Amino acid sequence: MTAMKAFWRTVGRDLQLALRQGMDSFTAVVFFVLAVVLFPFGVGPEPAVLARIAPGVIWVAALLASMLSLERLFQLDYEDGSLELLALAPLPLEAAVGAKITAHWLTTGLPLIVAAPVLAVLLQMDAAGFVALVAALALGTPLLSLIGAIGAALVLGARRGGVLLSLLVLPLYIPVLIFGVAAVDAAVFGFAVRPHLMVLSGLLLAALVLVPWVTAAALRQALE
Amino acid sequence: MSAFEGEALSCARGGRVVFSRLDFRVRGGEALVLVGPNGSGKSSLLRLMAGLSAAASGRLRWNGEAVAADPTAHRRRLHYVGHLDAVKPALDAREILLFTARLRAGGGKARAAVSAALETMGIAHLGDVPTRYFSAGQRRRLALARLFVAPAPLWLLDEPRTALDAEAVARLDNAIAAHRHGGGLVVAAMHGGPYPPEATVVDLAAFSSPLQ
Repeated sequence: MTAMKAFWRTVGRDLQLALRQGMDSFTAVVFFVLAVVLFPFGVGPEPAVLARIAPGVIWVAALLASMLSLERLFQLDYEDGSLELLALAPLPLEAAVGAKITAHWLTTGLPLIVAAPVLAVLLQMDAAGFVALVAALALGTPLLSLIGAIGAALVLGARRGGVLLSLLVLPLYIPVLIFGVAAVDAAVFGFAVRPHLMVLSGLLLAALVLVPWVTAAALRQALE
Repeated sequence: MSAFEGEALSCARGGRVVFSRLDFRVRGGEALVLVGPNGSGKSSLLRLMAGLSAAASGRLRWNGEAVAADPTAHRRRLHYVGHLDAVKPALDAREILLFTARLRAGGGKARAAVSAALETMGIAHLGDVPTRYFSAGQRRRLALARLFVAPAPLWLLDEPRTALDAEAVARLDNAIAAHRHGGGLVVAAMHGGPYPPEATVVDLAAFSSPLQ
């Protein structure tokens, strides 16, 4: 019971920090919108072309936007000593990691899900794919935060960690990208969406179980 | 009465032996002061005592039981104040202490405990000021105020007087004396005195590896 309370307090503290730092937490969604908006300029305003590439463009932009904010997930806490105090709190470090990932998803993943349908309209995506897009993002963005957390913990203390982080994390994002785009494409072309969403759910469940342990181990290593 | 002891502790950092075969023992009401030149392993020993890092060899015991057997219980009974103040510039002093209080002691009287802790370190008037306006000494006072928001018997302090003025040092000394009077244990790394009264002084230079 107390562990649950401590978990939500840690989530609350990270949300409070994100809100106080204002623009910082909105960088991800602003980047997401800008990156997608650039595509009609790049490939031309042809509706058929835009509609065809819309799912892929939205997903790739979501991947990059989510990664943009990952570096700060543990870095600031590591530099100012807060991470040591979290590691010494009665709450298990695994739970504290879970709390930080939850807060990261609430401040970066959730705004992406809200912004995505608007961008889909902008790219003239077939309306049949909207529900699948939101469903796939709802399963996929937590997965991005979870997988990214491992990378963010592993690069702690490394110089130029941001570049290293993208090298580590982007290859691991590929399955999320494949099944996320496939779900939307399936909906647009009238195939079954369910199998793709089931795969994403499976990946999400596996990550929920494994990631806190792996990340906590990496953090302990960084604190040694 | 609580007792915290270390037996034949060795520590290696970056492939180099920092200290080896170190024994210590602190009981309730006692203070242990770690001294030694820079790099002799004072901070390393404190981190090891806190469980932040693992000893290359040796054992830590609390009341005769191995600390490694129950790390969560060990974390619950200690406060560690390291070199870093863990102060978030975007939050104010009260918010920072409230988080520690609720995380460690849980709900209830957290607000009263925070006010008392601010009072103890003489920063009650700064409770609602965002900490980005704090001086180094004020940040240090805030970091030390964490000691009072949730009681724990074992204090591990890494050069606690850094950046503190004479008034704050006096407050800290009083707090340490009160903590010891109440049966608490204090381990502190220090550069120069005055040391807490009747403290056991361990010079880490005596345990540095002869091989290096």
